[in-house]
Amino acid sequence: MNSSSIVAETFVKLQQKSRTAWQSLRDRSLILVGTATCGRAAGALEILKVIKGELERRGIDAHVLEVGCMGHCYAEPMVTIYKPGFPPICYGYVTEGIAGRLVQDFLAGDDPCLEFALAALEANDMVPALTDFPRGMIEKSIILDKCGLIDPEQIEHYIALGGYAALAGALTREPDRVVEEIKASGLRGRGGAGFPTGRKWETCRLAPGEEKFVICNADEGDPGAFMDRAILESNPHQVLEGLAIAAYAVGARRGYFYIRAEYPLAVERVKKALEQARQYGLLGDNVLGSGFSFDVDVFQGSGAFVCGEETALIASMEGEPGIPRHRPPFPATAGLWGKPTVIDNVKTLAYVPHIVERGAQWFRETGTAGSPGTAVFALAGKVVNTGLAEVPMGTTLRQLVYDVGSGIPKGKSFKAVQIGGPSGGCLPEAALDMPIDFDSLSQAGAMMGSGGMVILDEDDCMVEVARFFLDFTQKESCGKCTMCRLGTRQMLEILEAITKGQGRPEDIDLLLELAEDVKAGSLCGLGKTAPNPVLSTIRYFRDEYEAHIKEHRCPALMCQELIAYYILPEKCERSCDACVGSCPVEAIYSNEDRIKVIDQQKCVKCASCLEACPPQYKAVIKLSPPELVAERGRKV
Amino acid sequence: MNLTEEEKRIAVEQTRNILQGFSGGRGNLIPILQQVQEKLGYVPREAMEEVAQYLGIPAVDVYSVATFYNQFRLIPPGKHQIKVCMGTACHMKGGNIILDCWKRRLGIDVNQVTPDREFSLERVACVGCCTMAPVTVIDEEVHGKVTPTRVDGLLFSFGVKIPKGQQKEGEAVEQQ
Repeated sequence: MNSSSIVAETFVKLQQKSRTAWQSLRDRSLILVGTATCGRAAGALEILKVIKGELERRGIDAHVLEVGCMGHCYAEPMVTIYKPGFPPICYGYVTEGIAGRLVQDFLAGDDPCLEFALAALEANDMVPALTDFPRGMIEKSIILDKCGLIDPEQIEHYIALGGYAALAGALTREPDRVVEEIKASGLRGRGGAGFPTGRKWETCRLAPGEEKFVICNADEGDPGAFMDRAILESNPHQVLEGLAIAAYAVGARRGYFYIRAEYPLAVERVKKALEQARQYGLLGDNVLGSGFSFDVDVFQGSGAFVCGEETALIASMEGEPGIPRHRPPFPATAGLWGKPTVIDNVKTLAYVPHIVERGAQWFRETGTAGSPGTAVFALAGKVVNTGLAEVPMGTTLRQLVYDVGSGIPKGKSFKAVQIGGPSGGCLPEAALDMPIDFDSLSQAGAMMGSGGMVILDEDDCMVEVARFFLDFTQKESCGKCTMCRLGTRQMLEILEAITKGQGRPEDIDLLLELAEDVKAGSLCGLGKTAPNPVLSTIRYFRDEYEAHIKEHRCPALMCQELIAYYILPEKCERSCDACVGSCPVEAIYSNEDRIKVIDQQKCVKCASCLEACPPQYKAVIKLSPPELVAERGRKV
Repeated sequence: MNLTEEEKRIAVEQTRNILQGFSGGRGNLIPILQQVQEKLGYVPREAMEEVAQYLGIPAVDVYSVATFYNQFRLIPPGKHQIKVCMGTACHMKGGNIILDCWKRRLGIDVNQVTPDREFSLERVACVGCCTMAPVTVIDEEVHGKVTPTRVDGLLFSFGVKIPKGQQKEGEAVEQQ
């Protein structure tokens, strides 16, 4: 018997065993509770407790599983119920009360409580399905398709739904053929830069040397991005399978997950996944009887953004400060401990099993010619449906913001979308109809980055956004290159002055000049892209900079130093004390007419009173510049 | 902050225990420091010297790594660690206002510890819960959609009662 038939036979046995385990879940009701980090923050663990307690109290025999994130983070905590005779129904915004009702009315009774239902998972004639919504029309799930539907801590679920078949298939082919397939698919690195993955693998495969490494880069440091976390927490085996295929293709026997320390749940779930894969013979010596040996360790990052850069990542694994070095040589020829190393992002690796299994041609059918496949975006900020969305490359921003994200909440108007984190830029309304892929975004002055997308509305000040990102990159600069270390600091000082109303007219030009110098004078991606947020906001929102500098006014009423809170005397209800009670510093008092007044000397601008003032009065407003308060006072 | 002799002794002892689980390669430096911090809550000078000796590298190299990465703390943290997320989404939804609330209520600045060592305050870049912004993490528990009044409520749940408009008195301790 040759080794390919051994692999096939061993794997078929695993598959059968897993399918039996998976199908046995359907013999009675199955309840899925999303307990990824976002679900937990919304209270999913309490919901889980209520459901388990209620089931036990009523003596109902049902399966309860903890699953990952389906991407509908806005509706967390989420519960999905499979009950024989009903379509699988997804419930959102679940509270402890609703959880109790679901058990009582749906599981014990036969009322599916449609008033709490978000949508069904499959088309049926009872409940609209997720795919019936505009969002469902645009989304195309490749790497998110099992997220939130399987228990990430049970390898059988993944195998039963087709997992590890790609690895088993790859092991029966020559490694060269696997590299060729990835090259032909046109897969580009999803970490941000978009380098062709196949070429990276080929370089590493051809590099001389016995010892080679593969590393999964899960050092997702972009503020506003959480795709990698969600994927690792929801379906870690998919990424591990991709890593194992990469190792086989390039000839590595050792792999690492480099996960940032801020993601404890992801670390835990990946470790568990590794353990199970070893038990199932999918890792370790002689994988599936193929003769190929491969094992993986987890390395935890230590909270340095720059370590997302591959040479800095390697430095930190070698026990050095995470300072990038000059490339070439690229890690694919001289990486960890000087050996050829492939470093791929979580999402990139997650695509690999799908491409190996379904072929390069299939992958190219989705997306654009230059950027095949899908893109995963994390929608956050001022958008109704925050969460994860996987859409084909070439989808427009408008579709993402309005169809997937359902637009801007509270009837506010859209101002900009910030793409690509600290390396990206802010794109205005005019750019909404641009199809997004790696190339179009760079042309517009933004960047794909890792896919974080923060939507900004009329209340967000663009100067402040630029200052925020520069503050971040300035703090995270490793200090190696002078322009990055000192140039970003000078830019930050200028931006800070502008947000405080102390900007000078020549500051805008000085910022533009410094931005070019920082780009030119930095070695790694951090410095090269750090000025992007500043450049793009000046390019599209120069008028806001000018309002800050010339009129000492923040048009979006956001910059703390340039605004003041004010209670409109004609709107104040007088007998209501909501604002007085909400103020943490006792800055609000009643005047002789019982109208509430804010003592500007005491006010810390925390916006509590604005939130507390009942919506029927809306008496608290923000004014910019703050001198307007005194002017209004004189008029009364 | 001065450590007591007892604290120093524990630090050295625990570090030696941890070192037994590692081989002497420099690649283990960060995992070792992570374990030391997990055990002690911080990485004191005494521990760094032990690690340097074990790995056969200068103590200053250990110090340079410990100070390069944001994760490592050089002085003991508070009993409860409050981490305020300052990611993009949190920032846009008023993260700085929440940070100001914590500062005001605890009477300390970022990277400081209250004099009774009950609370320490830190800012973190992003905890990946952007949809729940603004977020505060207290002792690994994530609290979403935090408001100024929620800050007071959370402190209240730890038994802290702060009369209105009054801050904690006393000298705060600078953290490295």
